[in-house]
Amino acid sequence: MPIQYYIFLSLALFSIGVMGTMMRRNAIIIFMCIELMLNAVNLLMVAFSNYWENSNAQIFVFFIMVVAAAEVAVGLAIITLVYRKVNSVDINILNRLKN
Amino acid sequence: MIQYSYLIPLFPLLGFLINGLGWNKIPKSLAGVIGSTSILASFVISLAVFAEVLSPSFQGPFVQHYFDFIQSGTLYIPFAFQIDALSASFLLIITGIGFLIHVYSTSYMHDDEGMVKYFAYLNLFVFSMLLLVMGANYIIMFIGWEGVGLCSYLLIGFWFKNHAYTDAAKKAFVMNRIGDLGFLVGMLLVLYHFHTLSYQELFDTIKTGTDQTTIYTAIAICFFIGAMGKSAQIPLYTWLPDAMAGPTPVSALIHAATMVTAGIYMIARSSVLYNLAPIALDLITWIGLATALLAASIAIKQNDIKKVLAYSTVSQLGFMFVAIGMGAYTTAVFHVITHAFFKALLFLGSGSVIHAMSGEQDIRFMGGLGKKMPITKITFLIGCLAIAGIPGFAGFFSKDEILAHAYAHQPLLFVALLIGALMTAFYMFRLYFLTFTGTFRGTEHQARHLHESPKAMTLPLMVLALFSIIGGYIGLPKVISEKHWLHDFLSTAVTEKELHELSHTTEWLLMGVSVGLVLVMIALAYKATQKAQFTAAKGFGKILENKWYVDELYQAVILTPLHHLGIFLQQIIEKSGIDAFVNNVGTSIHWLSARVRLLQSGIVGSYIFVMVLGIILLLSIGFLSTIL
Repeated sequence: MPIQYYIFLSLALFSIGVMGTMMRRNAIIIFMCIELMLNAVNLLMVAFSNYWENSNAQIFVFFIMVVAAAEVAVGLAIITLVYRKVNSVDINILNRLKN
Repeated sequence: MIQYSYLIPLFPLLGFLINGLGWNKIPKSLAGVIGSTSILASFVISLAVFAEVLSPSFQGPFVQHYFDFIQSGTLYIPFAFQIDALSASFLLIITGIGFLIHVYSTSYMHDDEGMVKYFAYLNLFVFSMLLLVMGANYIIMFIGWEGVGLCSYLLIGFWFKNHAYTDAAKKAFVMNRIGDLGFLVGMLLVLYHFHTLSYQELFDTIKTGTDQTTIYTAIAICFFIGAMGKSAQIPLYTWLPDAMAGPTPVSALIHAATMVTAGIYMIARSSVLYNLAPIALDLITWIGLATALLAASIAIKQNDIKKVLAYSTVSQLGFMFVAIGMGAYTTAVFHVITHAFFKALLFLGSGSVIHAMSGEQDIRFMGGLGKKMPITKITFLIGCLAIAGIPGFAGFFSKDEILAHAYAHQPLLFVALLIGALMTAFYMFRLYFLTFTGTFRGTEHQARHLHESPKAMTLPLMVLALFSIIGGYIGLPKVISEKHWLHDFLSTAVTEKELHELSHTTEWLLMGVSVGLVLVMIALAYKATQKAQFTAAKGFGKILENKWYVDELYQAVILTPLHHLGIFLQQIIEKSGIDAFVNNVGTSIHWLSARVRLLQSGIVGSYIFVMVLGIILLLSIGFLSTIL
């Protein structure tokens, strides 16, 4: 398969992630969109790694996956705690520090 | 013995440390003993060192190097002491008279709560002065120089609860600092041009070097500005009369053994340099003469017993500077020595009087004290005779020598100095007659309290009186003896200028004229004090009583403009300049941040939107820059 297909796919995934992050208000959805962006990058890296026949990039992919896993653990814990406090995961009501 | 000379300043330093660190533990009686013993030990060693310097086997200056004080690049300042005829003579004066003053203080200060502290300061004072005269280079001298300035400040303001006294202390300190700056600039000039501050190296360089009169003159004048401050010459003399705020023995110490003689010592030490700077010498002569006359005229109209003595010191220092200005350094040192004896005597005597009068210092309220305190009276009389220049007493020989040199130098100078000497005789005997003769004019309470001072106070007086008589025989005038002992002794350390010789007839004549006129002045003083009516002075007398309004002049010319400048800077420059600027920075940032704050809405979506926009912007800039 030509490399362009991968590029377009990951571009689409990334854009979906960006748009989701910007437009949705549900914290969990935003979180998933961030993951989507990360994985779009991962996909691109693997594709290029294959294209150049150089496996260095795949190491980075593993790193990103590990970091993302850690991030998910922390992020979900925060969202759970926030939900317990305010009974909502709507990010627009999380502006209590204002004023 | 001479190699142990480092012990001389060490003992007072130890005394200072013991008394200074244990000021709240040491009993008063012990403090006096510690203080006096340390100086006595120094005196004994000084005697031994002096004897060694005196012996014919002594070859030139003895320089002992202890350690390297400053070593940085080409700058090398060793910590070294130099013992020669000049420093050995000063050592004897400082420790000898210093010791007597310490003994006197044990009695004079025994009621004072700060006595331990007092002795600590006194020892530090003597230590600094010893450092000043023993140093083998200008830096060591400068350390002592600053030390005596500090100690004079501490001791003048010793009774610091009185506001006027602390003001006097500050005045002394500030005036001295002005002079110190001159000295410092002089040292830097020496360092810049000759790359050394050691006396011997410097003087060897000057003696063998090419003629650089401008540089020599500049350095000499800078040094003299330093001497002006320490030795109270016009225009920096006003601190010395105010220094009377301190305890009386301190005045004696400042005026006789230490401090004011530092300027004379420094110039005598630098005689090689001054001989090559005739303009500086002329300047010294004129300033010395002006000071001698001005201070003597002020002393005539003063009514505070210590003020009279203070102005007399300023006047006598003027005489010494005239001698220096004529290049007769040994004569100046001779006068320093005799003056140290009789001025210490007079000050301690006045302390004894003040002690008996329960703190009263105004001679208008004294009188007839001689009957109640015979020892003080007789010793004080000896001091007066010595300072007035009556033949046989110490002051006569040194003062006559200055007058003789002045006549040989310039007859007009002689006349002016003679007028100064006559004024000296007048005010000293006015003081004597008002204090010790006639009837008592004080209160009933004081009259009952009058008593002779204790042994510890009268004994130093008697010793000093003895030296005020015999002290002058170390330098007999040419007409009596061909051999001037002090001159020959000091000539190894001090280079005199070629001085004109006077014929014996002239010298006899000058002596006769001055002695005759002095006697007339004493008679006049006697006559003037018999009326003993103290009306407010009028006309010229009022000017003298107010010290020629010099303090007021300084106030008007220097202090008031400075004060106004300060107010201007505070009100205009600071308030509406700097403060306004700083405040405006604050308010403008406050205003701006109130506007910028609105960007932070708290809506996460908008943050992310701005972030994405930013990233897109950055990427497009990067992209554009690659294709362009």
